[in-house]
Amino acid sequence: MNLEISTSAVAGEGVTNDPIVVALKQRFGERGIHEQATLTGIPVVWLSRDVLSEALAFLRDMPDPFEMLFDLSAIDERLRTRREGLPESDFTVFYHLLSVSRNRDVMLKVALREGDLELPSVISLYPNADWYEREVWDMFGIDFRGHPHLTRILMPPTWQGHPLRKDYPARATEFDPYTLTVEGQDREQRALQFDPEAWGMRRESDDTEFMFLNLGPNHPSAHGAFRIVLQLDGEVIVDCVPDIGYHHRGAEKMGERQSWHSFIPYTDRVDYTGGVVNNLPYVLAVEKLAGIEVPGRVKAIRIMLTELFRINSHLLFLGTYLQDLGAMSPVFYTFTDRQKAYEVIEAITGLRMHPSWFRIGGVTQDLPRGWDRLMQGFLDWMPKRLREYERAMMDNAVVRDRTRHIAAYNTQEALAWGVTGPNLRATGLDFDLRKRRPYSGYEQFDFEVPVAANGDVFDRGWIRIEEMRQSLRIIQQCVDHMPAGDYKADHPLTTPPPRERMLEHIETLITHFLQVSWGPVLEANESLSMIEATKGINGYYLTSDGSTMSYRTRIRTPSFPHLQQIPVVIRGGLVSDLIAHLGSIDFVMADVDR
Amino acid sequence: MSWLTPTVVEVLIAMSQALVILVVVMLLGAVMTVVERRLLGLWQDRYGPNRVGPFGSLQLVADMIKILFKEDWIPPFADRALFVLAPIIAMASLLLAFMIIPLTPAWGVADWNIGLLFFFAMAGINVYAVLLGGWSSGNKYALLGAMRATAQTLSYEVFMGLSLMGVVALAGSFNMREIVAAQQSLWFIIPQFLGFCTFLIAGVAVTHRHPFDQPEAEQELADGYHIEYSGMKFGMFFIGEYIGMVLVSALIVTLFFGGWLGPWLPPFVWFALKTAALLVLFVLLRASLPRPRYDRVMSFGWRICLPLTLINLLLTGAVILLVSPAGN
Repeated sequence: MNLEISTSAVAGEGVTNDPIVVALKQRFGERGIHEQATLTGIPVVWLSRDVLSEALAFLRDMPDPFEMLFDLSAIDERLRTRREGLPESDFTVFYHLLSVSRNRDVMLKVALREGDLELPSVISLYPNADWYEREVWDMFGIDFRGHPHLTRILMPPTWQGHPLRKDYPARATEFDPYTLTVEGQDREQRALQFDPEAWGMRRESDDTEFMFLNLGPNHPSAHGAFRIVLQLDGEVIVDCVPDIGYHHRGAEKMGERQSWHSFIPYTDRVDYTGGVVNNLPYVLAVEKLAGIEVPGRVKAIRIMLTELFRINSHLLFLGTYLQDLGAMSPVFYTFTDRQKAYEVIEAITGLRMHPSWFRIGGVTQDLPRGWDRLMQGFLDWMPKRLREYERAMMDNAVVRDRTRHIAAYNTQEALAWGVTGPNLRATGLDFDLRKRRPYSGYEQFDFEVPVAANGDVFDRGWIRIEEMRQSLRIIQQCVDHMPAGDYKADHPLTTPPPRERMLEHIETLITHFLQVSWGPVLEANESLSMIEATKGINGYYLTSDGSTMSYRTRIRTPSFPHLQQIPVVIRGGLVSDLIAHLGSIDFVMADVDR
Repeated sequence: MSWLTPTVVEVLIAMSQALVILVVVMLLGAVMTVVERRLLGLWQDRYGPNRVGPFGSLQLVADMIKILFKEDWIPPFADRALFVLAPIIAMASLLLAFMIIPLTPAWGVADWNIGLLFFFAMAGINVYAVLLGGWSSGNKYALLGAMRATAQTLSYEVFMGLSLMGVVALAGSFNMREIVAAQQSLWFIIPQFLGFCTFLIAGVAVTHRHPFDQPEAEQELADGYHIEYSGMKFGMFFIGEYIGMVLVSALIVTLFFGGWLGPWLPPFVWFALKTAALLVLFVLLRASLPRPRYDRVMSFGWRICLPLTLINLLLTGAVILLVSPAGN
C-alpha cells in the first residue's frame, strides 16, 4: 500500500530529520516513510502496515536498539479537520518506541481505512503489545491478526460498541437509562466466570487436579479492584491471568469532552496517590502546544510539590508493602508521616489528595507566607523515620527471607515488558527521566538516582526508601533557593489569566471571561510529555484540532504494563510470593484502567 | 439434710469452682479482644476503640451485642453439620483444656495425673475445628487455610509434646500441681530454657496467632478457614483464639514460671500477673513481626525446633542421670 499524501507539505517546522528517520528511509525507501511535523519532540513517522512488523523488528534489533514498546494506542481521525500534510486515515494506530541506549524515542503511525481495520499483531516482537492491542481492539474495534486472545480488557466482556470511537457518545444523557434485571445480572456474572480452556490452560495434569482461584476483584492485597485468576497446584502458582478494567472511568474519553483547562482535575485521579504529579505531564504537554514558557518560580513550585507527593506516594507504598508481608504496624507509622506531608500540602494548596494545583502556564496561587517553615518541619522530621523503617523492617530477617530473590527479573526483561520507574531501576538500570531528559527545570537540582541490582521484591522496596531521601534533598534545595517571580506565565493562553490587571483593561477582562467560560483555543498540532511519576513513566500524548478541547488525549500510565508482566514473573512461585510481588509493584488500579 | 454429706459438699464446691473458672476464662478471652486492640493502638501511635464507655471499657459489650444479633448465616453450599460443629470444637476443646490449670494451691478444676497429656489431646482435637471449618465452608480460600492449618499443626505438635518432656522429667510427673511444686527452689525456665523457647513457638503456632497465623493470613487468604463464618459462629472461633492465648500463657506460667509461686503477694495474684505478661507478649509479637512464608514455617519447625527439643531432652536426661544416678 502506498501512502496517499493529500498535500505536499512534507518538510516543515517540527520535522526532525532524526538519524532514525534517515535509517528508516534508507531501509524502506523514501516513498513508504513520511515524517510528520509535530510538537511532540520525537520523530513521528508514518508507514504502511505492510512494513510495520518489519520496521518494528528493524528498530528493535538495530545497534543501540529501541528496547521498549513504550505505548501503543490509536486515534479515530474521522472527525479531525486540521490534518494538512498527513496521509489519509480513518483510524491511526501509533507505536511509541523508547530507546534507553540512545535516550531517544520514535513514534510509528499506521493509517487504516474504515472498512479494513486490521493490523498484524506485534506480540512476538514486543511481548507487552498484548494488552495494548487488546485495549485498542476494545476501544476502537481494530483487529490484530495473530493475537492469541483479542478480547475486551477494560470494558466488561458483554459490552457493545467501542467507546473511544468518535461516534460513540461520551455523556450519560446520550444513552438510554441504565437498567439491570436479575437475568441481566446473571448474564454478566456468567460472562465473568473464568474459563481455563479459553486461556489454553488445562484443568488437570497427569497426577493433579488444578484449583482455579479468583484473587479479587475484592481481596485485601489486590490494592483496589483488581482480579487475578490463579491456576494452583497446592499453593504453587502454575499460571495466572490478571483481569483489569474494574476501575475504568474513561479518563481518555473525558479528555475529549473537557476544555483544556477543566480536564486538569481528572488527571489527579488517574494515579490517585500521586496528586499533582499527574497534573505535571498534562500541563507540560498543553504548554508545549500553547508555546508557553513558565517562569522559574513556577518550575520550582511544581518540582517541590511533585517531590512532596512522590514521598507521600512512596510512604503509602512502604506501609502497604510491609503490610502485605504481614507486618501490621508500619502502615500506621507511614500514615503518620503522610499526615505531616498533608499538613504542608494543605497549607499550600488548600486540599489534600487531589489538589489539581497546576494550571496551564503556572500554578493556581503563589506560595502562602510561612510555607518554608512548614516544609522545613517536614524535612527535619522524615530522615530519622526513614532510618527507623530501614532498621526495623528492611533489616528484619523475616522481611529479607520473604523478599530476597522473589519475583526477580533483569533489566532486559523489564525493558521488554515496558517496566519503568523504580521497578526498572531496581534491576540495575539508572534510567530516570529527571536526569536523562530533564523537564521543568530538574537539571538545576542536585540529586542522585538510586539503583539496585537484583530486581527482586526487596530491591523494589529498598529503592523507594532511597528515592524518598533524594526527594527530600530536592525539596530542601527548593526551600533554600526558591526563585522570586510570578506564579503564572505572562502569556495570552495562560489559564486562568493573571487576575491582577483584569479589572483595569476591557481586553484582559474579555480574555479572562473567554478563557474561564469557554476555555483557551490551542493551535492544531500534537504534543507529548513524559515525566518520571511516582510509579514509573507517565506520558500524555495530546492531539489538538484547533479547538477548546483536546481531539485525543492518550494517557500512558506505568502501572498498566507492570500488571501485564505479573504472570511471567510469578509462575512457579507460591501464593505468598504473589502477594509480596503485588505489594512491591506499587500500583493503583486507577492508574491501570484510567 | 442427711443428703448433705461431706462428699456432696465437696462436689458442690468443686462444681462451683469449675463454673467460676469457666466463666472467668470465657470473659477473659472476650476482654482480651478489646485489650489487644487497645494495646495495638498504643504501639501503633493511635487510640484503638475508645468511644464506648470510659476509655472504651464497654467496647466489649457493644461487640457482644452486635455479634449476637447478627444473622447466623450458613452458606447454601456448605456442609451444614460440619459447618456448625467446627466452631463448637474450636471453643470447647480449648476451654476443656483449661481444666488442668491450677490457678492457686486450692483453685483448679481437675487435679489429674495425666494433666499435661490432656492438654496435648485437646490441642490435637482443636485442629479438627480448623480442618472441618475450612473443609465444610465450600470455599477455596477456606480450604487453603485448612490445608495450611493441617500441615502446620502436624509440624508443630510433634515437637510441642517433646519440648515439655524435659519439664516432666525434672518434675517426675505429668500432674500440674506437682510440676509447680517442683519449681519451689528454681523456676524451670532456667534449666529448661530451650524447652521454653520451643514450647513458646509451638504454643503461638497452636493458637494460630501471628506470626504463625498462616491458616488465616489476612493479606494472602483473606481470613482463610473462617472466611464464610459470621455472627456468633465466627465469634466462637474468634473468642476461641483468645481462649487459646490465655490457655497457652497459663500453661507456660505453670510449666516454666512456677505457676502461683512468688513472695509477698497472694498466689492468685502472682499467677494472674505472670499470665498477663505473657498475654501482652502475644500481642507484642503480632504488632512487631512480619509473617514468614508458609513453607519456611514448616521447615523452621522440622529443621530447627525439632532438633532443638531433642537436644534439650537428651541434655536433660543426661543431667538427671548425672545428679541422681541411682534413679531414686
